[in-house]
Amino acid sequence: MAPVSEPYRVNVDRKIFPPVANREAHLVLRDIAFAIEHRSFVVMTGPSGCGKSTLLNVIAGLDREFEGKIDLGTAAPTIGYIFQSPRLLPWRTVEENISLVLPPGDPRQERVPDMLARVGLTAYASAYPERLSLGMQRRVALARGFVLEPDILLMDEPFVSLDDPTARDLRQLLMDLWHRRPTTVLFVTHDRTEAVMLGTRILRLSGGSATLVQDEAVRLSPEDRSDPEKVRAEQRRIFHDA
Amino acid sequence: MLNYSTLRASAAHVSANNAWLARLAWSLGSLLIFLIFWDVAANLIDHRHLPTPLQVWHTLVQEIRTGNLLFHVGMTLARVVVSFFVAMLIGAALGLALGKSKLADKLFDSWLIFFLNLPALVIIILCYVWFGLTETAAVLAVAINKIPNVAVTVREGARSLSRDLNEMAQIYRFGWWKTLRHVTLPQLAPFFAAAARSGLSLVWKIVLVVELLGRSNGVGFQLHTAFQLFDVSMILAYAVSFIIVVQIIEMGILQPIEARVNRWRR
Repeated sequence: MAPVSEPYRVNVDRKIFPPVANREAHLVLRDIAFAIEHRSFVVMTGPSGCGKSTLLNVIAGLDREFEGKIDLGTAAPTIGYIFQSPRLLPWRTVEENISLVLPPGDPRQERVPDMLARVGLTAYASAYPERLSLGMQRRVALARGFVLEPDILLMDEPFVSLDDPTARDLRQLLMDLWHRRPTTVLFVTHDRTEAVMLGTRILRLSGGSATLVQDEAVRLSPEDRSDPEKVRAEQRRIFHDA
Repeated sequence: MLNYSTLRASAAHVSANNAWLARLAWSLGSLLIFLIFWDVAANLIDHRHLPTPLQVWHTLVQEIRTGNLLFHVGMTLARVVVSFFVAMLIGAALGLALGKSKLADKLFDSWLIFFLNLPALVIIILCYVWFGLTETAAVLAVAINKIPNVAVTVREGARSLSRDLNEMAQIYRFGWWKTLRHVTLPQLAPFFAAAARSGLSLVWKIVLVVELLGRSNGVGFQLHTAFQLFDVSMILAYAVSFIIVVQIIEMGILQPIEARVNRWRR
């Protein structure tokens, strides 16, 4: 567990996609610099395809070809990543998918059944992921991200392509898990309402070669977030729309 | 009270059983027709180079009684098993490396094509010439024949490995062993199954040639002896018994493994 210390710092001066067969080199990200306070819930929004996922991969360390510096403190923090698709291992059961992110014999292994119960999948512990609905697979991915108790949890549009009630349930579940064990979250979405409902702070990226155009604290209490009127008003304040 | 879903489940079980029985009946029936056809033809031609099924059966029983059959089939089977595992292991490692590294693929692709097209007989002869008429040379010759096939099949699998799952394994710090066991190998399982199936039938045919050319026991050696005596009944008795052994391996080992590996599929 990382001690409470300096905030994480993200500096991406330039990120270029090299030229491929029929496409020229493309500047995806430029001049992005921000700090993330510990245990804050930061939401990044921006138009589809602007480079939000690329930025998340850079921060996660999956993509190291960029100019800049990602400073996540001295000790390597535990990172959880909930991807846009659930990315479960189809040949492992729900329970195995969750417990596999922990080393064998790790004391946290004992929390796997509890985590399954919290995401409401106890009855499906020994089912294979492809037999579950997308919403249920996303629950497994959430459980996998949280059971690790990561220092940073990266989330890339984890509730996209779900019907409204399912997405709402999962957002509620995410909030419950986060309140139970607050951790630093960086959440990517292009859904502005979702951004306001979840985040304590919103970062807006521009389209084209994406850069940071707005950095705004969300002024909503946890209770306000379940009030659609207040969410809409806050969304209007931040995005000047809706 | 009867539970409806249990009833339905058991009905499904019964119909699956019936389907299996029906398939068995068809196989046995078509086999019987073949035997009748063979018997009629043998009786019509009436030549000692075409024995009847019954004569072959008598030879088979006699060979079992003397213990010859068990010994020679056992020797052949041992060679099949050893060379099969050597070929699968080396071929899989090679295929994985070629599928993952573009450089290795470019470098060794033409080697692979060369060995794929090199006649089995040439490899066998060269192995015996270079390493002597030894057991090692025999097993090596069979393995070299099979390795390129396994490598090509596994390479296809390695090329199609999911980048998404690899990134997931990287983020959650699986390490190389956990990644291999839980992420990579399960994706390659269908390719291994394909390589194993085609491998078994290829390997045992080549083992017979290896035995015929340079071993003093095994089914291949027995066939060689029978050939010199023009003892067709003996040739067929050994052929039939080996077909039965291979079928038992196929149904008793390979198919159950395949079913187990694929149980997660919907």
